[in-house]
Amino acid sequence: MEKRDLVIIGGGSAGMAAAIEAKKNGIDDILILEKDDVLGGILNQCIHNGFGLTEFKEELTGPEYLSRFADQVEELKIEYKLNSLVLDVSENKVVTYSNPTDGVVVCEAKAIVFATGCYERSPGAIQLSGDRCAGIITAGTAQKYLNIHGFLVGKRIVILGSGDIGLIMARRMTLEGAKVLCVSELMPYSNGLNRNIAQCLNDYDIPLYLSRSVLRVEGKSGRVEKVVLAAVDDKLKFIPGTEMEFECDTLLLSVGLVPYVSLLDKLHAEMSSTRGAKVNDQLMTSIPGLFACGNCLHVHDVVDFVTDEGRDAGRGAANYIKGLSNKSKHIEVKPGNGVSYVIPQFIETDLNNDITFKFRVRKPIKNVFVNFKSGEALIHKVVKPVLIPSEMVMIKINKDKLKDLPLSEIEVSLEER
Amino acid sequence: MKELTCIVCPRGCRLTIDDELNVTGNSCPRGAQYAKDELTNPKRMITSFVRVKNRENTVVSVKTSTSIPKGMIFDVMNEIDKVRVSAPTKIGDIAIKNVLNTGADIIITKNIK
Amino acid sequence: MLDVIIVGAGVTGAFIARKLARYELNVLLLERESDVGNVTSNANSAIVHSGYDPVPGTLKALLNVRGNKMFDQIADELDLHFNRCGSLTIAINDEQMKTLYELEKRSEQNGVPVKILSAEEVKKMEPNVNPEVKGALFAPTAGVIDPFNLVVHCVENAVDNGVKLHLNEEVTAIKDNGEYFTVKTNKGEYQTKVVINASGLYSDKIASMVEDIDWKLIPRKGEYFVLDHFSPDFVTHTLFPLPTAKGKGVLVSLTSSNNFIVGPSSEPIDDIEDFGTDSLTLGEIRRQATELVPNIPFNQVVRVFSGIRPTSTRHDFIIEPSKSNKRFINVAGIESPGLVSAPAIAEYAFENYISHLFELKEKASFNPRVKRYNRLNEISLEERNRLIKENPEYGKIVCSCEKVSLGEIKDLLSRSVPPTTVKGVKRRCRAGFGKCQGGFCSPIVTLTLAKHYGVNPTEIKWDKEQSNILKSEVKK
Repeated sequence: MEKRDLVIIGGGSAGMAAAIEAKKNGIDDILILEKDDVLGGILNQCIHNGFGLTEFKEELTGPEYLSRFADQVEELKIEYKLNSLVLDVSENKVVTYSNPTDGVVVCEAKAIVFATGCYERSPGAIQLSGDRCAGIITAGTAQKYLNIHGFLVGKRIVILGSGDIGLIMARRMTLEGAKVLCVSELMPYSNGLNRNIAQCLNDYDIPLYLSRSVLRVEGKSGRVEKVVLAAVDDKLKFIPGTEMEFECDTLLLSVGLVPYVSLLDKLHAEMSSTRGAKVNDQLMTSIPGLFACGNCLHVHDVVDFVTDEGRDAGRGAANYIKGLSNKSKHIEVKPGNGVSYVIPQFIETDLNNDITFKFRVRKPIKNVFVNFKSGEALIHKVVKPVLIPSEMVMIKINKDKLKDLPLSEIEVSLEER
Repeated sequence: MKELTCIVCPRGCRLTIDDELNVTGNSCPRGAQYAKDELTNPKRMITSFVRVKNRENTVVSVKTSTSIPKGMIFDVMNEIDKVRVSAPTKIGDIAIKNVLNTGADIIITKNIK
Repeated sequence: MLDVIIVGAGVTGAFIARKLARYELNVLLLERESDVGNVTSNANSAIVHSGYDPVPGTLKALLNVRGNKMFDQIADELDLHFNRCGSLTIAINDEQMKTLYELEKRSEQNGVPVKILSAEEVKKMEPNVNPEVKGALFAPTAGVIDPFNLVVHCVENAVDNGVKLHLNEEVTAIKDNGEYFTVKTNKGEYQTKVVINASGLYSDKIASMVEDIDWKLIPRKGEYFVLDHFSPDFVTHTLFPLPTAKGKGVLVSLTSSNNFIVGPSSEPIDDIEDFGTDSLTLGEIRRQATELVPNIPFNQVVRVFSGIRPTSTRHDFIIEPSKSNKRFINVAGIESPGLVSAPAIAEYAFENYISHLFELKEKASFNPRVKRYNRLNEISLEERNRLIKENPEYGKIVCSCEKVSLGEIKDLLSRSVPPTTVKGVKRRCRAGFGKCQGGFCSPIVTLTLAKHYGVNPTEIKWDKEQSNILKSEVKK
């Protein structure tokens, strides 16, 4: 059986960062397994710019951003295998993968980092009503067809969901000659970044309809012919009489991303409401030696933060391999009022000087305190002028503040000022 | 007074700019500059891809080296549509020099061996 | 002059074709769709019913029970996985328990082995069942099968043994010339001694081409949820509520691929091309299903779909020659339990009607077996590595959700009934069947099909004629 110190599943931005950081922390025997035929993951198809402002203080396109890390992987002589899909991972850290040159390989690792990214919610997952015809396609798939293969999936397009990929694709498809008729969002607020609404929709006069969703798709011919939108009330139920019809050939879906973690799921790792695994301050899952980072842990809006999280996982895995990460405590971190999730879910080591808590709010909110409490004791309090669900919040707390808590739990909650 | 969403970085600050070009709501100087440009001479980066002539069914991504006047986006796209490049390509290779005299080059953003 | 034209390559037509392939007959199987088994056979519960439910004495009862007995051999010959998982018909109150005893009697009349289980026994077999359960009727002979490859392999076997298959060919008129028929299609004209009408939802229309019929179809639509294979033991049998006048009710079952299926609804419809789904109906299915299994994780739903059953006004299978000409044989109204009955329907139609029309001679070369393509996740590591060494494309996994390799997709393309559409690939090898529903693999599948058939990728279709996936190639 092949043996490795560290196997990293996924060679996208999270996986590459984890590998580089682990190498810098003294782990030499690393293998990155990438299912595609290039490193970089989904960034290969994100040819728009806006990446790297935190990381490099400049604005790069996806391929440019990834190449800086791919270059480092080469320079540091970190081994990677392309076209390599992991078929199975066992609890005792045995990875089985397949590729065209080596066949199916069974490999035992001391630690494993999951950096497997996320997938798009499908028409079935949202139980889309109407005909099940061609021309209903997720935004990321349309992006791959366009930016990698040079094909437009449609000429007259309605977009459901205001997630960032949908907004980016509205502009990309407009530039390449398609007509985007509108973007429809079920919620009363957008799920994309403000800048993307400005530069992808407003610039091209593409209307954004909030609190509207697809009532039905019509396409008896085999391809989408019409999309009917209708307004929804505050319980998200359709309001009769508010129908809007759009003759179109495509319904593009940008209705959410879900961490791609079937391998961890199968191992019965503890899962969070993000649908990723629960992790501790080292980004280790409930299964010792298995780490998770990037979009397979929770879906990010900015790749620079994915890179950062990848580094944390790489460092965590290095600590584990070196036998440094003995658990000294077990503090549970819970989302409280107005917060949908918090990462990490557990604090178990004293290895980091600061702990960065990452979370998202349930709905847009202005002028709030973010409170970190343990029982009745207030550990930390931050004022935030605006918080929206589409932007991940990061708050760093010094580890000294987390000493001698009254309860072995911390709740992160919002309080109106 | 005009309200704008800053597009300089993912923060997407809500900017306000008055007739004397005083900007508020920005978190950095680049935001202030963006608001001023937006009122006087709005500009945008564009990204797209071009076809590779010596590789079948292959496209390579490109961007403008700097932002171009917003009103010229589709004219520049026309130029991008027409051009063909040869592999291998390196990030930073120029596909079109000074496209339509905008001062921006169309540069390649992906390495193809 | 052809001997037989079979109209419709659904599961019924497929088994009739395979039955006739044993003899020296010139048989043509006509299908209007782009693939075999693409309509009703494609969208149903995929249950090999035990036969406890049909009214005793009906063709449904007779052929269901007979078909069920034939399935082990069929699965063996057609190289399909068949899981005789057994079914449980669940009673959740005392009133329903009484009905269970009636069903037990009906089972005896139909010759189906069943057993009434206590609440404790049921809970032990299915821990996720509604804790209010009072008891269940256990039918151990029920099972689940892959309905897609059942039809595909059956037609492949027929084709391998000499039957001709024409896809995308729709029958537009049939003329009865006494000793033979002239069958017109959108592509040509044929003369044939015998016509077998196995055209499912179109069987009343096809039957009416030769005479006035005293039955008609009153199709019913059923919508379903398909859940991912999130757990191997969430439910391990097919769970039925008690049957009603509308049908067998909303079931919760594992599938042959270890997914879970929940449905169907049962609503009469006018438009037999309306395969849409709607959230109200799905909501009602959800409500009914949770009475059976309260904790169904609906966030694991990967797809919703609907199927249309060709229910007839006779409420039984119609297997009989037309009144005007014994050489025109209707095999119509094949609604549930049609899938399980299909091999018995073919046998019945053959023995009672078709065989009398010819002097039959068995083909010496007939081979009842089909070999399925290599499925890598079913073979040993050594075998798998040997295959990858021979053909590295077996090492390249295209569908990460269902772990399907490029080599497996290409194998499909070299079979006697190859897929021509993305849906055809999906149905056969499950690429695109998982969590992401083809989000990651459909571009590779589309481009692979285009390359194989030597066409531009914009020509590749999801399913029917106008269902192209791509609109244009940019900057060409």
